[in-house]
Amino acid sequence: MHELSIIHSIIETVEATVQKRGGAVQVECVYLQIGRLAGVEVENIEFLWPAAIQDTLLEGAACAIERIAGEAVCLDCQTDYAVHNYFDPCPACGSFWKEVKAGEELKIKSIEICAQPADAVAMGIN
Amino acid sequence: MAFAAAGKLPKFSSLKLDSSALPEAGIANATIVAPEPGKSLVEVERDILDKNNRLAERNRGYFEAKGIAAFNLVSSPGSGKTSILERTLSECGLQTDFYVIEGDQQTARDAERIAACGAPVVQVNTGKGCHLEANMVHQALRQLNPSEGSIVFIENVGNLVCPSMFDLGESKRVVVISITEGEDKPLKYPDMFRTAQLCLINKMDLLPYLKFDLDALKRYARQVNPELTFIELSATTGQGMEQWYAWIKEQQLNPHSVSLDI
Repeated sequence: MHELSIIHSIIETVEATVQKRGGAVQVECVYLQIGRLAGVEVENIEFLWPAAIQDTLLEGAACAIERIAGEAVCLDCQTDYAVHNYFDPCPACGSFWKEVKAGEELKIKSIEICAQPADAVAMGIN
Repeated sequence: MAFAAAGKLPKFSSLKLDSSALPEAGIANATIVAPEPGKSLVEVERDILDKNNRLAERNRGYFEAKGIAAFNLVSSPGSGKTSILERTLSECGLQTDFYVIEGDQQTARDAERIAACGAPVVQVNTGKGCHLEANMVHQALRQLNPSEGSIVFIENVGNLVCPSMFDLGESKRVVVISITEGEDKPLKYPDMFRTAQLCLINKMDLLPYLKFDLDALKRYARQVNPELTFIELSATTGQGMEQWYAWIKEQQLNPHSVSLDI
């Protein structure tokens, strides 16, 4: 289940981003882009997310996942087509030679943060 | 258990947005949600596996600088990765310096088998982890300190799913499949076959006893990865091993490769 590693990588990146801004913020939401060909089970991410972010700077944060559909261009006849699986042939010529244009994304797009109240910061409450 | 705070996101009625379902809004519009008062949106725009990929490139640079050919061996458990390595080290160990990084969840059994063949080996136990990552290989390399022009075998954790996503900095990725597995494995586990450059078909000595369609296996694998090459062999009888050694020698002469686009 490599999705746990994926979440740990997300936590690391988001914590670094938050710390660069002084750390005194609440992460409300993490926006991800995960392509349909990226080899990641979004259901596993959903299942693991709440437990994985406990005791991190992301605790309580939501996770919004945007799925990107697979798209390829045929390397034999240059037809653009939708790819659901890597073994999908070109609908025009039947070739399996393709360049995948979209659907392999595995990206942290942005995070939504909320500044914590000033007195909480002054008291050192995170 | 659902996502926490899902209801706070008015523009994400579903947390699994598909850009194809949003012909008007598109990807960019779907992501830029006007933040509520007191909240702000910070652009990150970073690959989730960015750190692993950067470490992998560091390993790759190390291999290239020392003229080392490094192979990442991946397969399901029991395909014969360790047996292939044992035979390779025994039959070629005198001609070339080999080093081995063994990845398993538990035990040093594979490392002991490799050490018995005379090759320096580091066992990486991933615990609950189901794959090797670039930093584990980096640590192992520091212990091994492989010589210039040598060959480093990285035997990944037996798993046809997870290791495919993690670039280790290898020169080439070798997927092993044994003919006691189904010939439709490439279709069921396409990521692994798509990211490999060579496919070793092991246990060929058992072919007379099995209903295994070798042509179908290759056909399915080429549907996923038209560039994949195959070597049929048996680590038990030694058939086909010469071809594998010839392939290794070829890589050794020109170990530098472009990074895996994963």
